[in-house]
Amino acid sequence: MKIIIDIFFTFLKIGAFSFGGGYAMIPFIEKETVHINGWLTSMEFVDIIAISQMTPGPIAVNSSTFAGYKIAKIYGSIAGTTGVVLISFVLMTILSKSLNSVKDSPTVKNIFKGIRPAVLGLILSAALSVGKTAIIDLKSFLISTFVFIAIMKLKIHPILTIVISGVIGYIVY
Amino acid sequence: MKKLFKLFIIFFKIGAFTFGGGYAMIPLIEEEIVRVNKWVDQDEFLDAIALAQSIPGILAVNTATYIGYKIYGLPGAIFATLGAVLPSFFIILIIVMYFTETMRSPGVQRVFMGIRPAVVALILTAVFKLKKGIPRNAFTYILVFGSFLLVAILGVHPIFIIILSGTLGYFIYRRV
Repeated sequence: MKIIIDIFFTFLKIGAFSFGGGYAMIPFIEKETVHINGWLTSMEFVDIIAISQMTPGPIAVNSSTFAGYKIAKIYGSIAGTTGVVLISFVLMTILSKSLNSVKDSPTVKNIFKGIRPAVLGLILSAALSVGKTAIIDLKSFLISTFVFIAIMKLKIHPILTIVISGVIGYIVY
Repeated sequence: MKKLFKLFIIFFKIGAFTFGGGYAMIPLIEEEIVRVNKWVDQDEFLDAIALAQSIPGILAVNTATYIGYKIYGLPGAIFATLGAVLPSFFIILIIVMYFTETMRSPGVQRVFMGIRPAVVALILTAVFKLKKGIPRNAFTYILVFGSFLLVAILGVHPIFIIILSGTLGYFIYRRV
């Protein structure tokens, strides 16, 4: 029982202190699970990250579920996942509630007018950082180009393009 | 109740098909929440991303919580968050129990060689779809490319970009 509580609070801390999500959390999770608590070996941690990147969903959720299971089976994975999500869930709910009451003030409107284009820049930089490891040859460049056209011009659902690209990847590589 | 269930299903679907973490979820949420169901518009969606980025935690989950709350209050926030989290929870659980070896097989690796470049394109489409509500002026272009360069080249943390751009927005739009 104690280990379950430890897992919960460790991941609660990870969720509460990592800004920027996903990849920013990885070193933090490693430090806590491998170095401080000694729950996992370095090799197990490498496996966790590799598999988290290959499965859908947020990397932080994947790795907390995975690490939780390795440490204390199913209860560990429930404790880890709940812990990693809880603090931001509470913060986000409070934030949405308080923002709702001020969203029509001119000051808040002007602030968001400045933030919106900057968020586009953030998304653009995310595309670049994923692109660096994903677009490695002509084939991957073509897949990327076709998916872009398929969504923007042919209005194909993004999920369908992921499935098709997976099949193409299997065939061409 | 029907809306809550729909909210859950939509985020479950998004959670089940997003490879590549946080930002990869944005184009899928945009498709379902903004374009198909029209529950929030492009501007509100960008605001949700900015807020999700401003607090600690997982970007995609935070965005789901915010949108769920906006559409249906606290129950909406709970259902959307569960929807976004549960697919990866179950998928990882099944993999760690039975398929750790399978994930290392060359066949699986090849599938991912195809999916990764698709994710890049997906994220790019989000930029083009979400720019609709934003006024086209010099200030906008400076903010888009300024924040891109600061993050991509200089490695500035996104939270500083949001604080900086919000401050700039306040001072510049106050005059007009």
